[in-house]
Amino acid sequence: MVAPVRDRRTGFSRRRQYGQFLGYVLAVAGLVVGAVLLVVSQFNPPLFAGLRMGVATVTVPASSAMMSLRDAVAIVPDAINGWVFAHAENERMKAELAVSRPLLMRARTIAYDNRRLRRLLDLRDRDEQVVTAARLVSSTASSGRRFALLDAGRLSGVQPGMPVRGPDGLVGRVVETGPNAARVLLLSDAASIVPVRRTRDGMPALAVGRGDGALDIRSVDTTNVRFGAGELFVTSGTGGLYVPGIPVARVARAGMDTVLAHPLAQPDRLDFAIVSRVFVPLPPARPAQAVTPQP
Amino acid sequence: MSQADANPFEPKLTPGRARMIPWLTVVGGSACTALPLIATVPILPPLGLVMLLAWRLLARFALRPWAAAPLGLFDDLVSGQPLGSAVLIWSVIFLAIDLVESRLVFRDFWQDWLIAAGATLFAIIMGRVLALPIGARVDGAMLAQAAATILLFPIATRFVAWIDRKRGMV
Repeated sequence: MVAPVRDRRTGFSRRRQYGQFLGYVLAVAGLVVGAVLLVVSQFNPPLFAGLRMGVATVTVPASSAMMSLRDAVAIVPDAINGWVFAHAENERMKAELAVSRPLLMRARTIAYDNRRLRRLLDLRDRDEQVVTAARLVSSTASSGRRFALLDAGRLSGVQPGMPVRGPDGLVGRVVETGPNAARVLLLSDAASIVPVRRTRDGMPALAVGRGDGALDIRSVDTTNVRFGAGELFVTSGTGGLYVPGIPVARVARAGMDTVLAHPLAQPDRLDFAIVSRVFVPLPPARPAQAVTPQP
Repeated sequence: MSQADANPFEPKLTPGRARMIPWLTVVGGSACTALPLIATVPILPPLGLVMLLAWRLLARFALRPWAAAPLGLFDDLVSGQPLGSAVLIWSVIFLAIDLVESRLVFRDFWQDWLIAAGATLFAIIMGRVLALPIGARVDGAMLAQAAATILLFPIATRFVAWIDRKRGMV
């Protein structure tokens, strides 16, 4: 049992009385400062981003080291699994290869035709320019926001806005950078909106995060739009941020107008993430031109 | 091992270091978001908040009345919430605990646990309201997170009591 607080009186000591009063004044001042910071946060000032990245510069190497340790330890059960299930896995991979090989030949032919036609039409080059490959080392696991920290930053050429993808699909985009760390907004965050299109017929849609690991695919057309289960959505290049053609999500349940979809890339099972350049970078700011008088 | 068995002539910690230790434990709890865990739902309990509550309820004078604001600032920097949300929420929690303490004079452990449960629920719900739009589907996961945090409180109090004994300010 705690002794009642009344017994810790300040007594006649002026110093103690003033000290206690000042303590409470500072406590309320802290509350007011918190409210002001919260209001200012709505405008996302670069100072706050700088502070966050300053702390991340210290935590990212520690997280990276812990992740290497975890991988080193996880080699043991993985090796045992590989030994025990080698035969079954072998059969499965042979079957998968038999299915994939003709698809790969067809894809190569189509890609060659595509390149030839695009050169004929003099269209803009669409290949992804990779900036760096890095790992996602930690994330905001205690908050409702879905941010992850990448262990590459400005020193590796990462700039805010660059898309981040894994081998299976899009993971997110970089929002803030520090010298050796970058903060990535994952797809499933509630504030993440990616313009996508259906692979089947090119119908445009928006992939909006729900916050629980899944996405909402919302149609942008005004007519009744039907989605079927299993439909694949890729980035459409609208908005100029993401290179078109990166797989994003697969629809889980059929529906109209807005459906649940699961992202193809699982950020918690990612080995490496690739950061690439912004698809259509903003033009550099032009100096103000002198106004010419009208005739 | 009780205080009576410890060596009475052993040099205790210097007062400066002894006063830093509660701050360091809260900062360490907040920094647990640096663990290599890529979460798709909010599953990690807010350990900085748990340590803060344990220190405030068990050893009231270990943390200054204004200590919630700077500790909340560090928590905001690592947790991904908008800057200022933990500063505001933790300061409100400190002042609310003061109000409760002035009414509820004698407290046993389960009353401490109830106060901590109320503070945790308030912090998690306010954090969700301040950081996310209303349409986000995280409410189930956040309730589970709140339940896990409340159940962690006794472990945190044991840890805090052990530290208090070690630093000689029982």
